[in-house]
Amino acid sequence: MTDLLTVQNLRIAFPSRHGPVEVVRGVSFAMGKERLGIVGESGSGKSLTGRAILGLTPPPGKATAEKLEFDGIDLREATRSQWHDIRGERISMVMQDPKFSLNPVMTIGRQLMETYRTHRRSTRAEAHERGLEMLNAVQIRDPDRVMNAYPHELSGGMGQRAMIAMMLVTEPELLIADEPTSALDVTVQIEVLRILDRLVSDRGMGLIFISHDLRLVSSFCDRVLVMYAGQVVEEVKATDLANASHPYTKGLFNCLPRIEGGQRPLPILERDADWAL
Amino acid sequence: MALLNSCDLEVTFTKGSEHVQAVRGVSFEVAEGESYGIVGESGSGKSTVLRAICGLAPVTGGSIRVDGQQLVGARRPDFYRKVQMVFQDPYASLHPRHTVDRVLSEPLAIHGFADRETRVEQALEDVGLGQGFRFRYPHQLSGGQRQRVAIARALILEPRILLLDEPTSALDASIQAEVLNLLDRIRSERGLTYVLVSHDLSVVAHMCERLMVMQHGQAVEEMTRESLQARNAAQDYTRKLLTASLGYRAAQEEQAS
Repeated sequence: MTDLLTVQNLRIAFPSRHGPVEVVRGVSFAMGKERLGIVGESGSGKSLTGRAILGLTPPPGKATAEKLEFDGIDLREATRSQWHDIRGERISMVMQDPKFSLNPVMTIGRQLMETYRTHRRSTRAEAHERGLEMLNAVQIRDPDRVMNAYPHELSGGMGQRAMIAMMLVTEPELLIADEPTSALDVTVQIEVLRILDRLVSDRGMGLIFISHDLRLVSSFCDRVLVMYAGQVVEEVKATDLANASHPYTKGLFNCLPRIEGGQRPLPILERDADWAL
Repeated sequence: MALLNSCDLEVTFTKGSEHVQAVRGVSFEVAEGESYGIVGESGSGKSTVLRAICGLAPVTGGSIRVDGQQLVGARRPDFYRKVQMVFQDPYASLHPRHTVDRVLSEPLAIHGFADRETRVEQALEDVGLGQGFRFRYPHQLSGGQRQRVAIARALILEPRILLLDEPTSALDASIQAEVLNLLDRIRSERGLTYVLVSHDLSVVAHMCERLMVMQHGQAVEEMTRESLQARNAAQDYTRKLLTASLGYRAAQEEQAS
């Protein structure tokens, strides 16, 4: 299998009064058309890793890598026009909260069509047609209403589905989903995952699923990278997560309360200074 | 007799001619020393029930009793000596320009406590923060530390009932474990009564002896911890929640079977 995306020794640094502070410190992975999970707690650098792939490191941060390659294209050296062909077209990103990442003064339909028409030469009618199709694909029951609705008129789950539709309207090869379900209710969460799952298996899309929820990721992805303090401390097969070897992964897994009951008090994650070396 | 009693509680928000009935006749009882959970998805009215108890939501029907006394109108100061609340988001519930010391001293000043100094020190110790945190501002604290300050603020008046509105949902898993352990320890030390609202069944199963499942402002089902652990749900909605909490793969299999 040829790799869709190769990341080697990715480093992201932010300047500070005491010199640059590295928040991502040498992340490497390669992935094909699979579901890759990146798990970590807040501040572990998981979201920045996802953004760096699209060249969206927020300034004044600087991302460097030995290799950052998508389907043979060196993303480090990509020109403006190359990025134009990649962002939103071949790699898309779904953000955490639909409330903040949809344009509040544009209808869903206009936003969907804008994405499509930026990347495809098409008439308005075609774009509209595609938009409806995509809303159907993410199982929105009433696509006509949603096309004409503003983001505030939709519930969180609907908004998130609309955003996924927007990201998928160009049929990207890789989808980076940054906490796509964290703002959603559990029952809606499962539905959104089902949609993502189908898209990965039906369209042969690659998916990077970034989340803080270890249990969810392990039940959804094929492979999981566990990040701590800017580094990947462990890579495990999702089904083997319960047998993970790194103490951080184990600690993170064990400190979750369980419905079936378990330890009381809950085991506390004892952080070892060595993990961050 | 139950310490906290809600009978056919109704909450209706009115804006102009629009009415939204957020809570539609919810009844429950919480005994002294018990920990009671309210579970539901967003919009189910679970937080509104807590806010109604505190006098922060317009009660339009039914009654709430604390210690046998019916609560009517604005809550009086002595109510807040008995009942305190911890809010969901520790980033929003602490005044950004007040130091921890000021946050903790204010309730003491309002209620006319004399020994404020020692009480503030004690409250910080109780929640596992040292004296070093006393003169810090919220932005100098992590999420978990902020939530500890919020818990200290609630405990400083020595209430009997603590209302917890999603106390850990804004926190990382490892920090969640620490805060849940803290709440557990304080309850057993002081014999407090908890009402905990959460969307996370596993948190409620860990913390509460009994729980109520809410949907669309109504109580769907009341369960004990044992029946939850055995997954003995009587209602479809509760079963759906239980399935969803299994994670993606298990939920898929459950649905297929």
